Amino acid sequence: MLKVRQATPPVPSRRAFLGGATVAAGALVIGFTLDPAKFAQAAAGPDLSGLPPMPNAFVRIAADDTVTVVIKHLDMGQGNTTGLATILADELDADWATIRTTFAPADATLYNNFAFGPVQGTGGSTAIANSWVQLRKAGAAARAMLVAAAAERWKVPASEITVESGTVRHAASSRQARFGELAEAAAAQPVPKEPRLKEASAFTLIGKKVPRVDSAAKTDGTAIYSLDIRRPGQLTAVVAHSPRFGGTVKSVDDKAARAVAGVVDVVTIPTGVAVLAKDTWSAMKGRDALKVTWDDSAAETRSSDAILADHRKRLETPGLVASKKGDAANAIAGSAKVLEAEFTFPYLAHAAMEPLNATIEKASDGTYDVFAGCQLQTIEQAVVAANLGVTTDKVRLHTQWAGGSFGRRATPSADYFAETASIVRATGGKAPIHLVWTREDDMAGGFYRPMVVHRLRAGLDAKGGITGWEHRTIGKSIMIGTAFETMIVKEGIDATTVEGASDTPYALPAYRFEVHNAREGVPVLWWRSVGHTHTAQAMEVFIDELAHAAGADPVAYRLGLLGGAPRLSATLKLAAEKAGWDPKKAADKNRGLGVAAHESFGSYVAMVADVTAEDAKVKVNRIVAAVDVGVAVNPDVIRAQVEGAVGFALSSVLRNKITLKDGVVQEKNFDAYEPTRMSEMPVVEVHIVPSTAAPTGIGEPGVPVIAPAISNAIFAATGQRLRSLPLDLSGLKGA
Amino acid sequence: MLKLTVNGVSHEVDADPEMPLLWALRDHLNQTGTKYGCGIAQCGACTVHLDGQPVRACQTRIGDIGTAKITTIEGVSGKVAEAVRTAWRGLDVVQCGYCQSGQIMSAIGLLSENPKPTDADIDGAMDGNVCRCGTYQRIRAAIHEAARTLA
Repeated sequence: MLKVRQATPPVPSRRAFLGGATVAAGALVIGFTLDPAKFAQAAAGPDLSGLPPMPNAFVRIAADDTVTVVIKHLDMGQGNTTGLATILADELDADWATIRTTFAPADATLYNNFAFGPVQGTGGSTAIANSWVQLRKAGAAARAMLVAAAAERWKVPASEITVESGTVRHAASSRQARFGELAEAAAAQPVPKEPRLKEASAFTLIGKKVPRVDSAAKTDGTAIYSLDIRRPGQLTAVVAHSPRFGGTVKSVDDKAARAVAGVVDVVTIPTGVAVLAKDTWSAMKGRDALKVTWDDSAAETRSSDAILADHRKRLETPGLVASKKGDAANAIAGSAKVLEAEFTFPYLAHAAMEPLNATIEKASDGTYDVFAGCQLQTIEQAVVAANLGVTTDKVRLHTQWAGGSFGRRATPSADYFAETASIVRATGGKAPIHLVWTREDDMAGGFYRPMVVHRLRAGLDAKGGITGWEHRTIGKSIMIGTAFETMIVKEGIDATTVEGASDTPYALPAYRFEVHNAREGVPVLWWRSVGHTHTAQAMEVFIDELAHAAGADPVAYRLGLLGGAPRLSATLKLAAEKAGWDPKKAADKNRGLGVAAHESFGSYVAMVADVTAEDAKVKVNRIVAAVDVGVAVNPDVIRAQVEGAVGFALSSVLRNKITLKDGVVQEKNFDAYEPTRMSEMPVVEVHIVPSTAAPTGIGEPGVPVIAPAISNAIFAATGQRLRSLPLDLSGLKGA
Repeated sequence: MLKLTVNGVSHEVDADPEMPLLWALRDHLNQTGTKYGCGIAQCGACTVHLDGQPVRACQTRIGDIGTAKITTIEGVSGKVAEAVRTAWRGLDVVQCGYCQSGQIMSAIGLLSENPKPTDADIDGAMDGNVCRCGTYQRIRAAIHEAARTLA
């Protein structure tokens, strides 16, 4: 296979990035950025007119022919590094074997995510979508400059020059040159304002099997994650946090902790008490020896059952109206049949394999270097700077490979960055500080998928058609009180609480979606696919119930309501066809097929689950998925993301929940919050809908349909309707 | 001072004999390929070989190792290791990759004992290794592929 490796540590020289194209150590450096306001327009076509070439660099070509693509996003496993490099390399006609990647520094001007406005960061499955045009143009411009340099050198018309796999050729005169031989001369060429982009038919890498850039380093132990950062003289910090959210330190007795061999210091910081030691083990032992008294006067001290009871009580009252059409209550009142259902969802921890951690080192000039799995660089940089009392230009971020995230590293408060900075400040920056959260800290540390309840009510007419739909949801807003509030919260309604429900593609003649923002002290956050983690279950299970109540086939019933959603319909049809969906086929005993289809983040996913269910046990045998993500930049990575989504989400369907007893989190490690294991993994088959639409993301959209497809399959197998997650299998019997 | 033989090299480690091998490797010997995931033998991210047998480094006290030879992801070699790595790369198994050192060390352990594992054998040997990215389907396929190339 092709050998591709990560380039040397990512510390791009700032100077090298100034100017549309400059020569830095003999390297061609080029790039563009687009005005975020013009993103939608730019995404539609290659027109660069009116957009000045910006000092933004995405590619460097070195004299040794290596092409380094600068990655502005975090790769937490979703494979965007490979996809982003592929986009640029294809337009450049580079030799894939020469491609290297490096993570960009924090710079919101150069590396903002167009979907986030002026913020550099990764989330919402936007990495490929927001970079598609930007990286194609960067690659095409660099290619044009290489061609111009060759034309000048060979004194031939540029139009007679071809580029293929890292080699520039003039066939008529039998001359050719590698990229590296032309890089310096190319950098002196004017940057084309409107580089010509390829027709899709000319793609050589996009849509093909391109190996991941990180496979080699991640299979021989050389890939560096932030937990692997080792700075000279660094101390490892482990922090004792309040066992209750909102608790603060009342008093500390650190005598025994300081006596532990290897412990160097103990400092009280806003979030708790930090024990600093020469190694992780000593820091953990030191923390065990701490005696801290906590002040719980402002803490959340309720149990999760009590919070759930409060949610249910508030659901009895009208909420804020997220969307409505006609008079749903009246329409339901006159129905032949009325169905009602309640769905509850627990708090969920992200539980990425690499627990949260970050290193901050003070340089001799009073600036700081931050090493972490940076996911919201602009915010993390600002938060670190504020906590250290310096301006943001004094803080450099070095993004590392992240051992998963599932949303947790993109915290609007940059909580663990702030905590690291506060320890550095408390210790005067004497030593680099590596803050390490243990698994227990990570799991009990909050920022969960919110605890949510949905209540639904719908009517059917005599023919089984839906008359009206009433839907009330309660959950704590993820966005209110964060830097993202003004972007996403409108009139008190947080779109991330109702996305996937209040904007349903099903043609409902009358509907009313209401939402309550829960009041509670448990910190909440987006969890891989955010609101869709619960709205898809509520929508897709309830639709299934209505289909059965109408005596209709669940696939045909959905298709009948999806006339306005052709891409979702086509995706659903493909999944059903590939799964061998046949409404006339009699089900095997205790074995059934269930279906779900859902749009999220601009991508369309449908799944058919094949499940065996009996005697309080469920075995998911097989999942057949169809996805429409527009142009499939890397089909194998797309398939991997959907396979992985099944493995990731299955345990949340079957058992995972975070509960609180008197405010204290009860599940602290993988024994009590057990991820999916090998023996539970179903066979997953992924089919990609061919498309020429602009690419969308696939990091998250595979997740929402898993729970409803399984729930609906359990109904098909047993006739028992399970709605709430995790599924309560205790009463499950064979058919 | 304790003596540890890691990947064929002898090291002296100045640490508490109670210290788990995981932290001695990562913090004292700068061998960071072996990962910390849970600290309670529930995830397998810290899997290394002691005299060729997979063990959880988070549960192995350095004072108990004696002269046993420690092999980590950085140093594991031989026919089986080569076949496993090649299969892992050929199928692009990894996503975040954080658990994969442990997955690979467990898979090498399995194939060294059982050159032609069934799916049930794979379940048995690999169930202790958690992958939150959910790469299990490809791990299974890569183990079968490695077994095929070794046959």
